Amino acid sequence: MNEPSSNIYGVMGEFETATQLIRAAEKTREAGYKDIDAYAPFPVEGLSEAMGLRRSWVPPVTLLGGLLGGLTGFFFQYWVNVSAYPINIAGRPPNSWPAFIPVTFELTILGASTFAVFGMIAMNKLPRPHHPVFNVARFSQHASIDRFFLCIEATDAKFHLAESARFLQGLHAVHVTEVKDDD
Amino acid sequence: MSVAPPPTLNHPEIRRLAPVIGPGHDYVTVTEKISDIVLKRPTTLGWFAGFSLAFTFLGILTVAIAWLIIRGVGIWGINVPIGWGFAIVNFVWWIGIGHAGTLISAILFLLNQKWRTSINRFAEAMTLFAVACAGIFPLIHTGRPWMAFYMFPYPSTMGIWPQFRSPLIWDVFAVSTYGTVSLLFWFVGLIPDLATLRDRAVNRPQQIIYGILALGWRGSARHWHRYQSAYLLLAGLATPLVLSVHTVVSFDFSIAIVPGWHTTIFPPYFVAGAIYSGFAMVLTIAIPLRKYYQLEDFITMRHLENMAKVMLATGLIVAYGYFFEFFLALYSGQKYDVFLVQQRLHGPYAPFYYALILCNILTPQLLWIQKMRTNVVVLFLMSIVVNVGMWLERFVIVVISLTRDFMPSAWGRYQPTIWDWATFTGTLGLFTTLIFLFVRVLPAISIAEMRELVAHSSEEHK
Repeated sequence: MNEPSSNIYGVMGEFETATQLIRAAEKTREAGYKDIDAYAPFPVEGLSEAMGLRRSWVPPVTLLGGLLGGLTGFFFQYWVNVSAYPINIAGRPPNSWPAFIPVTFELTILGASTFAVFGMIAMNKLPRPHHPVFNVARFSQHASIDRFFLCIEATDAKFHLAESARFLQGLHAVHVTEVKDDD
Repeated sequence: MSVAPPPTLNHPEIRRLAPVIGPGHDYVTVTEKISDIVLKRPTTLGWFAGFSLAFTFLGILTVAIAWLIIRGVGIWGINVPIGWGFAIVNFVWWIGIGHAGTLISAILFLLNQKWRTSINRFAEAMTLFAVACAGIFPLIHTGRPWMAFYMFPYPSTMGIWPQFRSPLIWDVFAVSTYGTVSLLFWFVGLIPDLATLRDRAVNRPQQIIYGILALGWRGSARHWHRYQSAYLLLAGLATPLVLSVHTVVSFDFSIAIVPGWHTTIFPPYFVAGAIYSGFAMVLTIAIPLRKYYQLEDFITMRHLENMAKVMLATGLIVAYGYFFEFFLALYSGQKYDVFLVQQRLHGPYAPFYYALILCNILTPQLLWIQKMRTNVVVLFLMSIVVNVGMWLERFVIVVISLTRDFMPSAWGRYQPTIWDWATFTGTLGLFTTLIFLFVRVLPAISIAEMRELVAHSSEEHK
């Protein structure tokens, strides 16, 4: 039954409140749609759960960055002081590890923070200046300001342009629009 | 319904207080009010006047630095035994100011303090600009700033490496990490707002520039999911970082054996002092900003009062630090430390010490009175007084200890020259210039977070 014409990205419903968006996301998932995405002008509490999103990979990536930064920080200082450039200052041992802690700590934070931020951006597949959803005029005008959108994507097995549009209307979407793909 | 309204704002206890956002605002009004300052409001004569004044001082800074590069650090008042002088006083002062931004953004975020929302953005900007001003001083104090890369570990043909046991190298890592993480934190917070500016842009250049900076943010739930995770982690990482930076700065002093510096109270007391001066500077900026751009609905009396309370509390911790410096010196029975206490009270720089006590400990006690905390003019003047007081604190620490070393033959006097003052006022110019540019081109208040606040305080969730 689904024969999405190649230039359709999906169908999008616009909602007035965050609560309606959450309800719509829940209902859409219950109806069996999988390739959906919701759009909101601020992080809406409970939307991730309604969308059934799994725990993000950001924390493990951050941990990895922290470990890399910390280990690099410590062992680099160790290598410099023990092997590359050992100098005797006041008879302290070459591996005077307590003195290495501040730099180790700072590099742990630096590694973790950069991994968290750039990891988040990369996993979000940004920067991506253009995306098919921007083809919807009302999306460009309102999505980053005051309206909430739910898009059922054409790649979904259940997707049917007219059916899916009617489904979104049934969820009290104030506007339902088809989203053109760029190809 | 799986979503429960967060109790914070509707709690009766909190309702009693002044609101964190004025009444009658919705998503559109907060968006328009904040973004129109950047997108639509014409650049006024007042802005140009302020900017020109700031820019003049920035010019003075460039002249002072150029002359320094031509003639060397001899143009300053530093000499044996005072090698540090204004450069280090100003460095510590600026880096201290830079602490409030991250404190507000990170620690108050973790503590779920909703009132941080409308002040975090410009406090973070202030942090970045203060760190930039701070960074200039140790750089030019090296005397040969073009050799400053020696401080970073890089494989040189000479085969030498930095001395990692030295607090001065720790400082390089602490301050550069702090600058980087503050920038990342600030930028991550800005991404959704840049998308708003892109979508509301009134001309092509705005659309292109904000569009590039927004990275194509489209507010997808999947993106927000990761975004929130990253933001929370950054807050968690920035919290120990902000405490570590001034701790490391205090190590510059306390690891040395100079009388008056070699004490264990330094790290916590430096951190408290940093937060104290940082909040003072946030008030110094917030009060004219809300007045000039009519942001009283967003930066309410509640914010100002809370900041005053934080100032009062950290001021008391600082007072405790001063007391314990004295107590430990006397209790230790070390004659050099006892002598230094006497020098603070009766030495040639005693007036600075008394001025410091007046500015940092006595005057802020007025903030116990609610009438004072809610009086905008008093708060503004108080913030200036505390800024001056914290500058005096660093002056007292650096100068009195260095002029009264162990042997009378090593004693000296310190007098700043006109170039010291030019460099210092010049960094004030740099700071103010950057603030002026910031409020003109970027949203001074986080729009996305204000929308969240609107969503939580409206009845929508019911």
